[in-house]
Amino acid sequence: MSDYKNILSLLPYKRPFLFVDEITSLSEEGAIGAYTIRKDEFFLEGHFPGNPVVPGVILTEIMCQIGLVTLAMHLMNLNEDSKVLPAFTSANVDFLSKVLPEDKLIVESKKVYFRFGKLKCTVTCKKTDGTVVAKGELAGMVVKSEA
Amino acid sequence: MMNRETVKTDLINIIKPYLPEDIMANDVSEDKHLINDLMINSAHIVDIVLDIEDKFDIMIDDDVIGEMNTVQDSINVVLQKTAA
Repeated sequence: MSDYKNILSLLPYKRPFLFVDEITSLSEEGAIGAYTIRKDEFFLEGHFPGNPVVPGVILTEIMCQIGLVTLAMHLMNLNEDSKVLPAFTSANVDFLSKVLPEDKLIVESKKVYFRFGKLKCTVTCKKTDGTVVAKGELAGMVVKSEA
Repeated sequence: MMNRETVKTDLINIIKPYLPEDIMANDVSEDKHLINDLMINSAHIVDIVLDIEDKFDIMIDDDVIGEMNTVQDSINVVLQKTAA
């Protein structure tokens, strides 16, 4: 468990663009984690006024942070001194069901390949009742950080 | 030993889907640099190498990908690996 906590503290994101609450499983083959949509997320104000729905682009980011980035950090043994940042290289995602404020999302990724520094995963995002809200294939690499 | 022209044709077919819209498959000659001339994104170089591995049933090591700069380099790697 301490391992997962460590991964969370190493993630380069900060609020309001940190979309990982917990990582419950992390292995060479994949990651499982969760994020609960806050009522006051910045994107809900405009998407849509008076009718808040989580945009697909944010669902993709949630899937990327939990499914792809935490797994990449684990596979590459990244730490505070690594001086790298994640770079999203592709996403092919289907959005299947609406996500509303306070929904808890469970994201599960399965590694397709991790070769030459590029990680590709199939990623599924579900609600706690098992409804699949999005699924697809995401890939990314790491790049040297400017800082 | 595989025929060089066959490898070249297969390689161009592998590269084709990753070319930007303004570069035609006809522009892919042996002297062309995959990134600098054919403008293939580095993230796609990985996909091309994985496609090459599948097509020719070879394994390409991390240090070899750095040598696959031009179309010619890539053909040479395939010929070397398939001859081994």
